[in-house]
Amino acid sequence: MRKKGMLDPSVVSKAVGGAFQKLDPRTLWRNPVMFVVEFGSIITTVFAVMSAFQHTGFWFNLQISLWLWFTVLFANFAEALAEGRGKAQADSLKKTRNEAVANRLRSDGTTETVAAIDLVKGDIVVVSDNETIPSDGEIVEGVALVDESAITGESAPVIRESGGDRTGVTGGTRVLSGTIHLRITANMGDTFLDQMIAMVESSSRRKTPNEVALGILLIGLTALFIVVTITLRAFAGYMSVTVAVPVLVALLVCLMPTTIGGLLPAIGIAGMDRLIEHNVIALSGRAVEASGDVSVVLLDKTGTITLGNRMATEFLPAESVTEHQLMESSVLASLADDTPEGRSIVTLAKQKLGIRGRDIRAPEGSTFVPFTAETRMSGIDYGDRHIRKGAVDAIEQWVEENGGQFPDTVHALVDGVARQGETPLVVSDGALVMGVIRLKDILKQDIKERLGQLHVFGIKSVMITGDNPLTAAAIAAEAGIDDFVAQARPETKLDLIRRYQANGSMVAMIGDGTNDAPALAQADVGVAMNAGTQSAREAANLVDLDSNPTKLLDIVEIGKQILITRGSLTTFSIANDVAKYFAIIPAIFAAKYPQLAMLNVMHLHSPASAILSAVIFNAVIIPSLIPLAMRGVQYHPSSANALLWRNLTIYGAGGLALPFVGIRLIDVLLVAIRVVR
Amino acid sequence: MLEKTLVAVLPFIVVLTIGAVFVGRYLARVFQGQHTFLTPIVGGVERGLLRIFGVRQDEEQTWKQYAVSLLLFNALGLCFLFILQLLQQWLPGNPQHLGAVRLDTAFNAAVSFMTNTNWQSYSGETTMSYLTQMLGMTVQNFLSAATGISVAIALVRGFVRRSTNSIGCFWVDLTRALVYVLLPMALVLSLVLVSQGTVQTLRPTVALTTLEGQAQRIAVGPAASQVAIKHVGTNGGGFFNANAAHPFESPNPFTDLLLVFSLLLIPAALPFTFGEMLGDRKQGTALFLAMLIMFSIGLGISLHYELAGNPALAQAGVAGGVNMEGKEQRFGPIMSTLFAQSTTVTSTGAVDSMHDSFTPIPGLIMVFNMTVGEVIFGGVGVGLVGMLLYVVLTLFIVGLMIGRTPEYLGKKLEPREMLMAVVGLLGPPIAMLLMAGLAFSIPSAVASAANTGSHGMTEIIYACASAAGNNGSAFAGLNANTPFYNVGLALLMLVGRFATILPGLAIAGSVAAKKRVQSGVTFSTTSTLFVFMLIFVVTIVGGLTYFSPLVLGPLLEFLKLR
Repeated sequence: MRKKGMLDPSVVSKAVGGAFQKLDPRTLWRNPVMFVVEFGSIITTVFAVMSAFQHTGFWFNLQISLWLWFTVLFANFAEALAEGRGKAQADSLKKTRNEAVANRLRSDGTTETVAAIDLVKGDIVVVSDNETIPSDGEIVEGVALVDESAITGESAPVIRESGGDRTGVTGGTRVLSGTIHLRITANMGDTFLDQMIAMVESSSRRKTPNEVALGILLIGLTALFIVVTITLRAFAGYMSVTVAVPVLVALLVCLMPTTIGGLLPAIGIAGMDRLIEHNVIALSGRAVEASGDVSVVLLDKTGTITLGNRMATEFLPAESVTEHQLMESSVLASLADDTPEGRSIVTLAKQKLGIRGRDIRAPEGSTFVPFTAETRMSGIDYGDRHIRKGAVDAIEQWVEENGGQFPDTVHALVDGVARQGETPLVVSDGALVMGVIRLKDILKQDIKERLGQLHVFGIKSVMITGDNPLTAAAIAAEAGIDDFVAQARPETKLDLIRRYQANGSMVAMIGDGTNDAPALAQADVGVAMNAGTQSAREAANLVDLDSNPTKLLDIVEIGKQILITRGSLTTFSIANDVAKYFAIIPAIFAAKYPQLAMLNVMHLHSPASAILSAVIFNAVIIPSLIPLAMRGVQYHPSSANALLWRNLTIYGAGGLALPFVGIRLIDVLLVAIRVVR
Repeated sequence: MLEKTLVAVLPFIVVLTIGAVFVGRYLARVFQGQHTFLTPIVGGVERGLLRIFGVRQDEEQTWKQYAVSLLLFNALGLCFLFILQLLQQWLPGNPQHLGAVRLDTAFNAAVSFMTNTNWQSYSGETTMSYLTQMLGMTVQNFLSAATGISVAIALVRGFVRRSTNSIGCFWVDLTRALVYVLLPMALVLSLVLVSQGTVQTLRPTVALTTLEGQAQRIAVGPAASQVAIKHVGTNGGGFFNANAAHPFESPNPFTDLLLVFSLLLIPAALPFTFGEMLGDRKQGTALFLAMLIMFSIGLGISLHYELAGNPALAQAGVAGGVNMEGKEQRFGPIMSTLFAQSTTVTSTGAVDSMHDSFTPIPGLIMVFNMTVGEVIFGGVGVGLVGMLLYVVLTLFIVGLMIGRTPEYLGKKLEPREMLMAVVGLLGPPIAMLLMAGLAFSIPSAVASAANTGSHGMTEIIYACASAAGNNGSAFAGLNANTPFYNVGLALLMLVGRFATILPGLAIAGSVAAKKRVQSGVTFSTTSTLFVFMLIFVVTIVGGLTYFSPLVLGPLLEFLKLR
């Protein structure tokens, strides 16, 4: 998804409007802290109006009221801004899709044209060149080149075809060429796109358990501070001090956790926005947050850790065969072999021989012998030469059938290669064993660094492969994997996840195939590749649009950032209260009890300026922290203690100190511009 | 002076710590049903009692069953004690022929002793008959303490167990707390007290003629037995109105120190029990250290101000040096301050000096100790429960700040745990503030305070904090034996008690049902950082809640005195 700047003018202006719309108490009650602030604003406004007629304290009451209204508006703005960023993209996509028409296949084989929004689950539609895919579906027939740039931002089109693990398509994307039959897999309102929009829309977003828990704390604190301020009037009355209601409301709003209360929805939505920027769609906010707790991640070897194909790295000639001869027969055997392994043999040979260009061709009159599951070897027949390459036992059988003998020295070579976890490929020319080609699994670029980061996050990586244990161990060692399961069968993954979970681990799993679906559903965090099958996508709680398996690291990081931002701003919000007490309590009581003037450590000018400064600080801190809420608190993988120290210092100690400075500065400013006496 | 103080206090803390470690491990053995040195002696009693209840030793209850059993048991105790006071004039064991207790006073006293508060709005020797004291007060002293221990053990089990619905059986825990812990300890302590001169007799008031020829009546009675359990069970309700300041309760400095030791012992031991039952002793040590540090800081500040004396008196040239007002010559300022600090942190409420007469800052510390919810050691059992609620809150914030969904001991802290922690930690302060606010709004309630201004404010908020914290000590100066205070404070005691116990049991139930997750990078709850975070959270929650009354009461008085 294309990244939208935080201050995109259209988004900002929409958010300003949204801030006012959200003043509606019927929607604001979803945020109890702000609901109480709004109620307080109404009370102070009533008092301001009343004081206008009584000619006492009107100016002060008016300012208090205005700043309390601003407090609510700023919080609403933060939420609207976060919503706007994620929604802007999704909305246009939704529009394209909703306007789309579909060719629905009738049971008699003819098609009818229906609006995309009328499609229901189970319908079969036909999509051809340059048509928009009307809804989420699974290709049941055909192959097509699909432009997914609308959701992924990736301009290169991708192939989607029936059968196998690349069958899923998303509504709103476009077929560039090819015709496909699509089975619709989601009703309107329930599609991928709808889910994506729901995650960034405050009103339809389901709060995560963690947000609910924090919400309970904030409501508890709000209730406590309401009682604290109401009873203050009784305490003060006993001490012969009368406290005006607007002052009490001001104290209440200052003490309430308005900073975190105002920014809490924005933090969650902005987290989803950031995931979308990373081309990950979260179908469950809970899973994103849980990803920070993951202690084990299961990775498929092929496609995740390695490039999915082996590459030739060395020619090991048999006795009495030169390397040049081995290379020659290897190249001949591979010229017509279009597999990545075959091509890598030719490439290696060209490199060794210093040949450039594509000047090697298969000789005239030669016939290519393709690889079959029965023979388990491939090669070329030309003239009377029968060159073969294949697994050691297949070639051994072939050589012996041709009256030759498989030399022990080659066995030794084969064993040597295998012992290092690599794959030996034996080449023979007729009955003569030429030697061994060393095939090696090539790790994906940067994979070692990325896995190293997992370590720093405290996550154990487990590789799953169908390879033999020796090969698996070698790759695991090279990539820095903690553990591996070799000779795995499809059901191995599910068993493995259950076993880890029984030991109390939180397991993440990345998969794409249909047989991954149960494991994805079982895992605490299941990431499906967008290119994967529909069943995999449904079982997962996160979908990676780029189909990049190391995306888990980004997800973990964003999940952690959401939590850290929430925790840090809560700490900050509560730590702020200390300074506000020190501003407001002496302002209320110092006139009657001069001894309490010593609590006025900020040397605020007057009671009115002190209270107003505290209220203004409390209001403006919300918009000042919007960028932080949107971006998330910086996360550097480090030990829990180091992380806590860092965040406690910045947001705890900082939250304690900053308002002392801020309130003082606002006080100086208010006096300078003569807003208060 | 500093050296003198350290010489007096440090050995005490060392002895307390050693005692707590051993008692803590003993408690763990008792409640896990393992063999202890007392099993041959009291094992038969335990089995007999359980047979009467019709309960098997290995019976298990869900948290709801546990809570219902507990509530039922406490409701019965409440009714019994209430009726006993109303009928005492017709019952035996009343040599002084005391009449029925006033209705509101009886209600207050019944709630007070059932909730382990032992707030006394009446004067014991002139209101309650010997039978009421022994069969009512003393019995509830045992039962309320045993109830508290049971709740703590149930909560500990919740954290120890995994994927189960049961948290133990209330009747088994209650019986074990009584026969293995409270009865033996109270027996030993009362024998030692009697050997030192504490009275224990069923004779009525002694009448005599003084040297001046005046007639005097000296109250005596079965004091030693009640004094012992009032300390061991952090109850605090004295046999005599003067409580442990009375020479018949605590005759000499040794008994005074012994009483402080015995009121701290079980609350200080329970964190170690927690660690022992978890199989991770460090977890218990961390909680103990957090409690000990808060205890020591409060004690240090109080000692500083008490030993510095009253500046107003010094300026007037009347008296200098330490503040001896309201203190027993036998005990002096250091021991009186140690007693005051210990009795307010542990929700005991026994006193050996008049808290009203302490200088303002120690008075502030005492109110603070009670208002944080009695978690600095705290009442037997409920202190640990309250502290664990703070731990839940602390680790929720800590978990977020390190980017993890919060957990404690591998148990995820989710909305349910948070709700219960918030109810348990904020419920009592909210009730306390409402009660205090109400008291200050009613002229007759204000008039009950002997003083006006700041000191009067401290008297009333102290009473409310004492009730909400189930402490029971009085700041003195407030006549709380009025229908308003009797009923209001009784309700506050009920909130303070059950808003801790029920959330504690609910959390026990929900964490017991969870599996234990292990994870890669996790925050150590045995680290120094955790201990200080916990202290910080306790302080800030208490501080933010009571900022204004503490400023207007003790702090303003302190500033005026300077």
